[in-house]
Amino acid sequence: MPMTPLRFANDPSAPLVHLAHLDHLWFQVAGTLCNLECRHCFISCSPRNRSFGFLSLETVRRVLDESVRLGVKEYYFTGGEPFLNRDMVAILELTLRYGPATVLTNGTLFKDEWLERLRRAEEASPYSLEFRVSIDGFTAEQNDPIRGDGAFARALHGVRQLVAHGFLPIITVVRTRDDQDDAELVRGFVELLRANGYDRPRLKVLPILRLGAEAERCRGYREEERVTPEMMDGYDTGQLLCSHSRIVTDRGVYVCPILIEAPDARLGDTLAEALTPYPLRHRACYTCYQYGALCANASSGQRHA
Amino acid sequence: MPEPTRIAVFGGVYSNYLALQAALHDMRRRGVDAVYCLGDLGAFGPHPDRVFPLLREQGVQCIQGNYDNSIGNELADCQCGYTDPRDNHFARLSYQYTLAHTSLVNRAWMRQLPGQLRLRLGRYRLLLCHGSPRKMNEFLWESTTPTHFLEYLAEVHQADVILATHTGIKWHRRLSGDRHFVNVGVLGRPENDGRTNVWYTIVTARPDFHVEFVPVEYDHHRLAAEMRAERLPEEFVQTVLTGWWTTCLEVLPAKERRRGRY
Repeated sequence: MPMTPLRFANDPSAPLVHLAHLDHLWFQVAGTLCNLECRHCFISCSPRNRSFGFLSLETVRRVLDESVRLGVKEYYFTGGEPFLNRDMVAILELTLRYGPATVLTNGTLFKDEWLERLRRAEEASPYSLEFRVSIDGFTAEQNDPIRGDGAFARALHGVRQLVAHGFLPIITVVRTRDDQDDAELVRGFVELLRANGYDRPRLKVLPILRLGAEAERCRGYREEERVTPEMMDGYDTGQLLCSHSRIVTDRGVYVCPILIEAPDARLGDTLAEALTPYPLRHRACYTCYQYGALCANASSGQRHA
Repeated sequence: MPEPTRIAVFGGVYSNYLALQAALHDMRRRGVDAVYCLGDLGAFGPHPDRVFPLLREQGVQCIQGNYDNSIGNELADCQCGYTDPRDNHFARLSYQYTLAHTSLVNRAWMRQLPGQLRLRLGRYRLLLCHGSPRKMNEFLWESTTPTHFLEYLAEVHQADVILATHTGIKWHRRLSGDRHFVNVGVLGRPENDGRTNVWYTIVTARPDFHVEFVPVEYDHHRLAAEMRAERLPEEFVQTVLTGWWTTCLEVLPAKERRRGRY
């Protein structure tokens, strides 16, 4: 299958989105390094992909201090797999002194002593610590062809560890088939998680992003899948990540977690430099436009009903 | 008339006219200079039209919540911001019932309510809003709202005190420079703590700022019976009878969710 280009080169008609306020600050805390190699990963993370590196505790501290002056509302940590970063527990402990923290993890690497520390840190903080654990099927047969052999059993073990430590993880499920029904997906996961001792499971269903490994697994974006100026009429731009988020990586600050492999998505070295508007010129912007508030937690109320 | 120094504020009546009656009686007994409602008059409970005469008789000054905006303008949904299919299912049932049972006169009245109010309480500049000063349906939960973010809101909106509701759970945070954020809670349903009472707030500036959260007991058995008679979902009735939320749970952050039963 021919690859669809990642973006329209210098499309002058791409609608420009201003940052209304930096509500959600993301950290690419584990770079592109992951212990898994999921076939639908939109930035092709793997045990070998070192195109982005880890963030240190000191870097995170510097950015958190800058974020206070900017009035940031929520902090999110992603990778790669964040728990490959050996500073991860200390980074979350530090963040909980500033505000609410959410970590996106595959749930396969937890040590009980880390979870004990994090539970104590959350109890001492006025703020919530959210774990978002990715699982992509109700069974190993559905999940493992996408996330790798044994990933299903290991992720469920991780969920049980979190529950045993008093956390209520949010299970994130990517809609890997176009014909999947959300209500049916949710029902299947609720049953699976209850059977694994998680009696009040929380779920977040995500649309597929047709970038990176996914463009090869299934398909890339089609020619008509892009945001045009007419589509912005009456549209609430608050739904778009670029209107309220930025992401810090070891290679600078980028517009959003989805586009870190696009060179033009790098906006500066510091948060202050990265507050500039950004055009919706990428194909993935279409998915963000279509579904809205893709990456935020439901509690942020970013999404309109 | 002297400037007010003691006011009562509540949000989220959710058609619970019995709790509203009890709360208004309690406010009169305690003595306040004025009463404010931060919106969301309908939803959840029975007979939405019974709320409006009580508000008018008592001279309660109301602002518009997302529910009032939706019902007033007959929109397709309540703009509650749910993302979960089950939450949306119950929100739909509640919205259809409330829209069908709210008179045209009351819809028109809600449509013209202001989105925000500013007033002075002693030396404090107050900003009254529904969700947040910047967005009617923004959730400001205690455990996901950093102090520096509230300072930013207070700065940008030039307020010493921001009063909001929308989430259904009360809380208060002191900010720098004797500024404050107060989520005044809701009268419509209990706050997911296993108790059946609901809450309103008394805010005082005599001369220093003081917040008192006031519990309100009301005839919740009667409300439950009326909800059943109106064939409202049994899940809602259980919340009234037990004090635990059974729906709209997926918008709760971890800490608030953990305190509940479901």
